[in-house]
Amino acid sequence: MKKFVMPEFMVDIDYTRCNRCGACVRECSFGGLAMNGDTVVGIDENCVNCLRCRYICAKDAVKTIPYPSSFKSNYYWRKEDISDIEKQASTGSALLTGMGNPKDYEIFWDKILINASQVTNPPIDPLREPMELTTYLGSKPDRIELDENGQLLTRLPPQLKLKLPIMFAGMSFGAISYNAFKSLAIASKKLGIYFNTGEGGIPPDLYDYGKNAIVQVASGRFGVNPDYLNAGAAVEIKIGQGAKPGIGGHLPGAKVGKRVSETRMIPEGTDAISPAPHHDIYSIEDLKQLIYLVKEVTCYTKPVIVKIAAVNNAAAIASGIVRAGADIIAVDGFRGGTGAAPKRIRDNVGIPIEFALSAIDQRLKEEGLRDRVSIVASGGIRNAGDVIKALALGADAVYIGTAALIAMGCKMCMMCTTGKCAWGIATQKDELAKRLKPEKAAEQLINMINGWEIEIKDILGGMGMNMIEALRGNRHTLRGLGFNMREHKVLGIKAAGEL
Amino acid sequence: MENRADNYNDIKKVNGERYIACGLKTGRITAEGIVGNDCAAFMDGAVMEIYGNAQDGLGNTMNNGYVIVHGHAGDIVGYSMRGGNIFIRDYAGYRIGIHMKEYKDRIPCIVIGETVGEFLGEYMAGGVIAVLNKNNIEDPVGDHIAPGMHGGVIYIKGKVVDYKLSPQIRTEVLNDYDISILNNLIYKYEEQFHLSMSRNYNEYIKIVPKNSRPYGKFFT
Repeated sequence: MKKFVMPEFMVDIDYTRCNRCGACVRECSFGGLAMNGDTVVGIDENCVNCLRCRYICAKDAVKTIPYPSSFKSNYYWRKEDISDIEKQASTGSALLTGMGNPKDYEIFWDKILINASQVTNPPIDPLREPMELTTYLGSKPDRIELDENGQLLTRLPPQLKLKLPIMFAGMSFGAISYNAFKSLAIASKKLGIYFNTGEGGIPPDLYDYGKNAIVQVASGRFGVNPDYLNAGAAVEIKIGQGAKPGIGGHLPGAKVGKRVSETRMIPEGTDAISPAPHHDIYSIEDLKQLIYLVKEVTCYTKPVIVKIAAVNNAAAIASGIVRAGADIIAVDGFRGGTGAAPKRIRDNVGIPIEFALSAIDQRLKEEGLRDRVSIVASGGIRNAGDVIKALALGADAVYIGTAALIAMGCKMCMMCTTGKCAWGIATQKDELAKRLKPEKAAEQLINMINGWEIEIKDILGGMGMNMIEALRGNRHTLRGLGFNMREHKVLGIKAAGEL
Repeated sequence: MENRADNYNDIKKVNGERYIACGLKTGRITAEGIVGNDCAAFMDGAVMEIYGNAQDGLGNTMNNGYVIVHGHAGDIVGYSMRGGNIFIRDYAGYRIGIHMKEYKDRIPCIVIGETVGEFLGEYMAGGVIAVLNKNNIEDPVGDHIAPGMHGGVIYIKGKVVDYKLSPQIRTEVLNDYDISILNNLIYKYEEQFHLSMSRNYNEYIKIVPKNSRPYGKFFT
């Protein structure tokens, strides 16, 4: 007897419209559709709702719907909970999943409101006035000295110059395809911002994009050699990430093809494991040692970033990181995405970026350390509104990951770990990856960022500001709606209606 | 092994200074004394010779070149090493060769003359570690040998008690190919340190990963 597994989705074919071209069958990479003689049939248990068939079908003849029959309605034991246990009872394994935390925790961005100017401090019209969004990330000196001609005497620590305060988050080559990786590189170069290589190194033929690359040194040290460090514009030491705080990385063997094997220097088909800690960082002093090792190898010409996950005592950790010599701190909240993470960790570990960011910004200010680093926030930044709020809560810039993938075509089916991404993004299979054209995907990324830039300028101008610096850490521009007293205190913002 | 006369540096009375030879691509440094942490870290082709001992992190993420220690080394030797050779005359500490990697002919090697501590070769993905145990100690390697190993090979002279072997590895007898690799490494070791080592390969065991996906069943 074939073992029945309750499907999540049903492939619904409208046979009055279907012309049997078979395109959907060819395009589905999950085996959700097949030709049965002359008829297209759905194989429901394989469907993951990636929507490739829906977007491809010329006749609007196919759609995927939630499976119409399910377990008895139960507010507490939901379908997902029951299916998870069925799966574990069968395999004995931990559940692996992709993308960010989808659980129905509150969305705090949506409870924060932004101010606007009216009369006493009039708004500025961005169509008419120049708006300065240029952002410099890096350590700023406590004071500067000028000579008698007004020229700078103080030697500035290395800075990253961004056209606007948005960068592409670390998404490794391995987790995403070569084409997707290249799209991010092309877009950052054209936009004048940066992309982050993630844990997987840079394929050698993309070193040309190094000037716009933040090269990551994670615990697996994949692709890390002195050329790699010097190819990038900055080096990021990854201690943790929001989707899976406290554990390392895991690229399933199915996604370690020839090119990934070459770039990461591990056997093809092996799981690429990044250990939980860097095994040479067992204390904050060890972190300082690694930060200065990186600075030595790059001759102090590049800013060193330390990336942490947003956890309970993020503020104290950040303080330690500043004192350890980092130039930039990147903090990744619990909504952050991933190519692969254990489901229970992704859904239950870590805290929202809104709170971690506020705690860090305020703590560093209290300790008089805030200028020594720039802060980059990430973990579910969805739109320009979130960007503005993040800046007002203390970030110098944001990283976007999920939003960038969606711009490239991701439909959030969250099946990245299988390596079967029908959109050519989270896969290493050539026949799938070629569906993503780097020039086209880069254009989509650029379009999205351009749209956000207009929105940011509009909101800034609406607040009576014409430069992004006036917004940074300026929590007086925000008001909260429906927060409790403790949350107000952590965020450092007032309630709507308060002066 | 190359002996480059150009770009030759000789430093004496070294007393824990860090990052010596880090990222160096060419040339040769000879140090007398105790080199500090992360010596030859990220080194990419130079020769680092130490007449004395090394502290922690020797050859951390090393890419190419030679490190020779006429003494012993501390912990975390060759962490994430991806190429090059490290020869240690005496013993080394904990966590040697964690996550070493290889690709085609880029194969890193660590050779230790005496014994090593716990967590040898953890998460190893490639490369060669040889523990020569020249003083014929009964138990030359510490506990928790190579957890998570998924590539590469470790040769150890002497007996290794079963409980020390991590679930992801197994032991094998050396074949001709292993013998030729080991012979080559021992020859280089002898050349560096002017010592004569045994060539009785029956005394060696070989440790390899059980499969290339040691955690394949952990996640679904």
